[in-house]
Amino acid sequence: MTVQQHALITHQVGLHARPSVKFTKLAKTFASRIEIATAEDGPWIDAKSIVKVMAMKVPEGATLFIRADGDDETLAASALAALVARDFDEDAKHAGAA
Amino acid sequence: MPAPLRLSGQTASAGYARGPLWLAPSRTETHYRGSGDVNRESSALANALEKASAATAELIASAEGDAADILEFQLAMIEDDTFRVSANGRIAGGEDAATAWTAVLDAEIAGYEASDDAYFAARAADLADIRDRVLSMLTGEKAGVIPAGVIYVGDDITPSVFLAHDWTGGGFALRHGSATGHVAMLARQRGVPALVAIGDAPLEAGVDSLLDASTGSLTASPAPQDIAEFEAGRQSSVERAAFAAQYAARPARTADGAPIDVLVNIAEPSDTASIPIAHCDGVGLMRTEFLYAHGLPDEDTQYAAYRTVLEWAEGKPVTIRTVDAGGDKPVPGFTVDESNPFLGLRGIRLCLAKPDIFAVQIRALLRAAVRGNLKVMLPMVSVPEELEQARTLFRAEADKLERAGIPCAMPPLGIMVEVPSVAIRPDLFAAAAFFSIGSNDLTQYVMAASRDSAKLSALARPDHPAVLELVRRVAQWGDENGRPVSLCGDAASDPALAPLLLKSGLRSLSIAASRIGAVKAAIANAEVAAP
Repeated sequence: MTVQQHALITHQVGLHARPSVKFTKLAKTFASRIEIATAEDGPWIDAKSIVKVMAMKVPEGATLFIRADGDDETLAASALAALVARDFDEDAKHAGAA
Repeated sequence: MPAPLRLSGQTASAGYARGPLWLAPSRTETHYRGSGDVNRESSALANALEKASAATAELIASAEGDAADILEFQLAMIEDDTFRVSANGRIAGGEDAATAWTAVLDAEIAGYEASDDAYFAARAADLADIRDRVLSMLTGEKAGVIPAGVIYVGDDITPSVFLAHDWTGGGFALRHGSATGHVAMLARQRGVPALVAIGDAPLEAGVDSLLDASTGSLTASPAPQDIAEFEAGRQSSVERAAFAAQYAARPARTADGAPIDVLVNIAEPSDTASIPIAHCDGVGLMRTEFLYAHGLPDEDTQYAAYRTVLEWAEGKPVTIRTVDAGGDKPVPGFTVDESNPFLGLRGIRLCLAKPDIFAVQIRALLRAAVRGNLKVMLPMVSVPEELEQARTLFRAEADKLERAGIPCAMPPLGIMVEVPSVAIRPDLFAAAAFFSIGSNDLTQYVMAASRDSAKLSALARPDHPAVLELVRRVAQWGDENGRPVSLCGDAASDPALAPLLLKSGLRSLSIAASRIGAVKAAIANAEVAAP
């Protein structure tokens, strides 16, 4: 059974350096295999690799699809979607920074 | 003595520095000798990666804020197995560790450099930093130490090299580089003068050089007059900054104690990057014409721009003007050709004539209104019906958004005072929530003198008694009837004119951000009768 969620990237410059660090760090706390994509039919990439996540160059306004497969799949997909929905807990005043 | 050579570049961080030129080696040279053994090469790489992680973690411990964030990002990239696995694949194919690592990182860097998105393209410097740090761990070579007080010139500069150097008295000029890179951002935060894109002209190492990162030039082997000019520029910039800084951070108050609101005019969201929000009372005019520079913008593009500014303002008011196309600002697919465009179909007239196009901006504004303290201002209003028609369109779009369950709010609707009919009878516009006097257009309409004709500059004066009388009337009517009145034309940014505007009864000015200190200083010296 795979759980899938999606969330809109609203961060000013997309899924950039600092949000990617937060996203992949959170992903690594789960045992499930977790993958993300910018389209529902993929390509799907490993959400625990910051190198691969950054290389997607996800712009602002993209919808991020998140799928998890494993013991904690429901929790993993919801927690990651929530992080994106919270704009990575970034303050607006940091928006121009790293 | 070599001849002076002046190169121009793009400002990444304004400021002045003088010192000997220090030319960075164009590329890390590797003197790595492979062992020829796959397992040994693979473990040499693993070893170097581990050392690079430890060195980065050590830098993080002594870094703060954005510097720490940048290093955290680099550490996460180094610790990611993806690069190591790819490099091991090449090592298995017979390459040594340094060659394999360089090939993998260079391919990744090329991918970032090719990105259309300036933000992602600028990350190439972070990857080069990671590549070089791991290489120096492999070869055991230390990166050359940059001497203190020099003007660094290189193709680019990596964040870790920047952070490891004490820049006191010095600065840098990059042959390529980007004003949006991590290093440019760090330079601005630390006040290190920096230029980018100075090009590939040959330079001689060690010669005296002048880095004027304010106007954007690097002069190698300067002549005495270059030095005199440079020092004069540096001196006046120091004096201006010190004088304005005294006032910029304080609330504005006249010599006789009247508090004055000083807001800023912005032309696009990125303007806010250089404005400390604590130095102003909000945005008195956010123009939206930049969105229409390449044709008609979609709703989400507009929403993102408005939201950026509203969030930056931290709850202070942000007055966004609906698109003021026409006049001297044509937009393909929107404006019409006219023989006398300043008296033609422009501003709110054009928007009401093309409600489908206007509706897109209205929806973006209604959605943005929930993100901060938004006010919306209509340009070129001449009769009260225009305000009512616009309000009807705002209500209709708000209904549609609410029915679709999209968060939105109705912002207060105010008007620009540019057309004499409004300035003469502000009472007819009692339905407006606020007024903002556009003194540039008001002056040209009252004086019948084009604002862009140098020959008419003696006529097109915002301090003509007829113009100031209209300002006084609007200010007085607003004061008596509880409608805030501000002025957002160029006159407010002029320290010589601002006191006259206050004497006419205004207590709110919206000005160019670069003038905050100068205008607040002029206000502090002005006396105005209590309103």
